[in-house]
Amino acid sequence: MRTLVGLLTSNHALLQLEAARCLHELSHSEQSVVAEACLPATSYLLTYLSGHSSDFIELCLYTLGNLIVESETVRRQLLPQGIIPALAVCIQSPHVAVLEALGYALSQLLQAKEAPEKIIPSSILASTLPQHMLQLLQPGPKLNAGVAVEFAWCLHYIICSQVNNALLITYGALSTLGLLLLDLAGAVQRTEDAGLELLACPVLRCLSNLLPEAAVETMGGQMQLRDERVVAALFILLQFFLQKQPSLLPEGLWLLNNLTANSPSFCTSLLSLDLIEPLLQLLPVSNVVSVMVLTVLCNVAEKGPAYCQQLWPGPLLSSLLHILAFSDTEVVAQSLELLQLLFLYQPEVGGFWPWSPTTCFEASPWPSSLPVLTIVTSPDLASLYRL
Amino acid sequence: MVLAPGTSPEVFAPARSTGSLLRGGPRGEGIGKADQPPAGQKTGSGPSLLQDGDVQRHLYLQDVLTQVAQAPERPRVPAFACRVAGCCQVFDALDDYEHHYHTLHGNVCSFCKRAFPSGHLLDAHILEWHDSLFQILSQRQDMYQCLVEGCTEKFKTSKDRKDHMVRLHLYPTDFQFDKPKKNKGPATPRAGTSTSEEALRDDREQLEGEAMEVCSEPVASSATPMGERRTYSRRIPSTICFGQGASRGFKSTKKRNKQY
Repeated sequence: MRTLVGLLTSNHALLQLEAARCLHELSHSEQSVVAEACLPATSYLLTYLSGHSSDFIELCLYTLGNLIVESETVRRQLLPQGIIPALAVCIQSPHVAVLEALGYALSQLLQAKEAPEKIIPSSILASTLPQHMLQLLQPGPKLNAGVAVEFAWCLHYIICSQVNNALLITYGALSTLGLLLLDLAGAVQRTEDAGLELLACPVLRCLSNLLPEAAVETMGGQMQLRDERVVAALFILLQFFLQKQPSLLPEGLWLLNNLTANSPSFCTSLLSLDLIEPLLQLLPVSNVVSVMVLTVLCNVAEKGPAYCQQLWPGPLLSSLLHILAFSDTEVVAQSLELLQLLFLYQPEVGGFWPWSPTTCFEASPWPSSLPVLTIVTSPDLASLYRL
Repeated sequence: MVLAPGTSPEVFAPARSTGSLLRGGPRGEGIGKADQPPAGQKTGSGPSLLQDGDVQRHLYLQDVLTQVAQAPERPRVPAFACRVAGCCQVFDALDDYEHHYHTLHGNVCSFCKRAFPSGHLLDAHILEWHDSLFQILSQRQDMYQCLVEGCTEKFKTSKDRKDHMVRLHLYPTDFQFDKPKKNKGPATPRAGTSTSEEALRDDREQLEGEAMEVCSEPVASSATPMGERRTYSRRIPSTICFGQGASRGFKSTKKRNKQY
């Protein structure tokens, strides 16, 4: 290692490069002792991040990222050695490859188990990194998909740690991410295959996780997400997922859930943009998706009679009838919850119910784990469900 | 292959509100880590709802890291020499030349021709080695700035600064870019004066150019005698500046310190 470090710090450029490649190879080892053997080199790897040779910096960053994953000892050394300020300088580089590598290294640092206590509060949030990250996520001609993907994931890990999401919101995270979502939907509609779907997952998660924070009263109106185009954009993405990657539907539906949970205006958007039927089309995909679709519908229904009127009967009726024949307890439970809300605000719903009590129970054997319901608004239905 | 901590992708299971079936309240909830559900709320049952997003990310990273690990296919060009006067290193790939240029001609002190990896370190060097005002001021106040990016501590002497960097920033005691000036403290191992125990490192140090890089084959000549190099470097007067690759420094007619 002494030799390697000597070569790394020599003034012979090509030797330096080769030494850096050796270190990079070593950093791939899955044994933490090997990573720890590279400790003498880390101060130099960090020093070189302030240089100008983009290939070399890229290599140093990937090496650092790999070392960070393998060993907590390495991380414990890198922090006092100033990795965060070094990254804050390096993130201003104009080179795309450098930025991608930086995003990778940072994302590994942020996933460390000690990150929420030791790394994010004191170092990351105190630096200019979050602002730079958000800048790199701004939609527009300068947006680079590969770079944006890395920093979207970094942002996701920071938000997940729940250290200070309010601060991120004051930096404009919600509006940046919202606009980025619109951009993504646009790209997907133009059927561009720029790798943008890789960006969808972290952006959806970031938005979903920030929304509950933004709903807090003290946040102030201008910090909240109010752009209703987000709902339309989300549905475009949901359609895209339905065709290309159904496993990502829960990510999108989670955001829809959080958008509609506390906001009557987003529920209104859902109705006025005629998105209930596309939503119902997602029901057959899987149980998990069904539960989430029904949860969103519950969010709409609980906003009041005016909303319930728009929901019922329409296509919702046949979907619900179909669903109640499912044997999955969670799906049935959620659909009953929706029914209960509809009965609450629109008692005449009971009149539409076509099943006789015996048919209902034959089709769906009542599992003992399902909680007992009493629906008191409609006498007919109360007799159906009382156990 | 390097992955996120653990062998399986990290899973972020959403926390769902119980939303008692009678109450039917709103259900906006954040996505927390799988093992830390917020109190009083039930997590999604069965496998996490959002695992596929993590799998996709994991596979993408594996791809990227594989590509990075492979030696890059660099397009070869007809051999050309470095244009900086006095440097006749030859290259056949532009990336190699770019790195050479930035390493050796990018941040170079115009007095002693020492190359530094960054402008930050070069600035510190010029201040501490070639600025007489600095020497005067440093006798009255703490002037030696910590070399770690982001640290604003200053110290009375370079030794104090070095102690700080070793103790607080866990830097190596022989950090290559923080050599105290030769005529100040005890003689530190320098190119050509291999009195120290780290003879191996001295051999490497001889490759450090105070002067331009020697025009011979790169690696083998680590034992180039000092005398030869000094003669070579005297051919270029210190007052001459070589255009774009020029090193920065104070304009001074003072002769270069020839004690190396």
